[in-house]
Amino acid sequence: MSHVRYIDKTREYYKQEGYDAPYRWAHFDDVPFTPLARPLAECRVGLITTSEMAIHGEPVPVADDDPLRDPYWLPSTTPVAKLYSRKTAYDRFATTLDDVDSYLPLTRLGELAAEGRIAGLAPRFQMAFSQYSQRKTLKVDAPRIEGWLREDRVDVAVLTAV
Amino acid sequence: MVFGCARDIVEHCGVARFVFCDFPLGNPCGKPFDAAMQRDIVGLGLDLLATATAPGTTVVAPYAWHEDTWKEKCFTKERPFLDEAATATWLERKQAYRDVKASGPA
Repeated sequence: MSHVRYIDKTREYYKQEGYDAPYRWAHFDDVPFTPLARPLAECRVGLITTSEMAIHGEPVPVADDDPLRDPYWLPSTTPVAKLYSRKTAYDRFATTLDDVDSYLPLTRLGELAAEGRIAGLAPRFQMAFSQYSQRKTLKVDAPRIEGWLREDRVDVAVLTAV
Repeated sequence: MVFGCARDIVEHCGVARFVFCDFPLGNPCGKPFDAAMQRDIVGLGLDLLATATAPGTTVVAPYAWHEDTWKEKCFTKERPFLDEAATATWLERKQAYRDVKASGPA
């Protein structure tokens, strides 16, 4: 069976729920592209996710009633067993977010680094929220995350969209 | 490079490099607790960093979910995407963000 057409499906779904104006999904005619500048084995990998990670037993990084939902980061050395996702927007009928590595591959990237396939992981990974404002994502959140990646001297960035 | 499960949305947006995993929303890097599959899919993404020559390059992970009914059922009344509490939170945050935006730069 071919892949789900989410744009069509959500348009119908929310129309039935009483929302009239269809969501305008982000679209760019020009997409930037940079060839890899050095061998992958020499690259430090940055990891960004929309999976709203938090650490068991610690205060949540962003309060539920915070309307800005600014990006934040956590140390990549955080044991995966201590991490969990606070995301509610996923297919909760078909799957779970119980295995962090199925959407935030810290363990897998660590293994690939140990094998020498990449130079290593950045010392921290970043969280970006699914925003109500594409303008804020583009003009505020993305530059902030880019700044963190540059501070960490990241060569390539990987984003997991959950 | 992007790992994702919503092919149409990511390709509509346009990204440099994309590994599409045809799984329910939530597991773009492989099935939960299947480390071998996850390693393979993450490896595909790393390979793509080196091999892609133009923006908009999609690679399809060669795996299928163990059953197909989720594709029909997602985003239906039978399986509402967010539960009631999450929907309420979503609407509250959306309004709160509008209020912040109306009162100054956000």
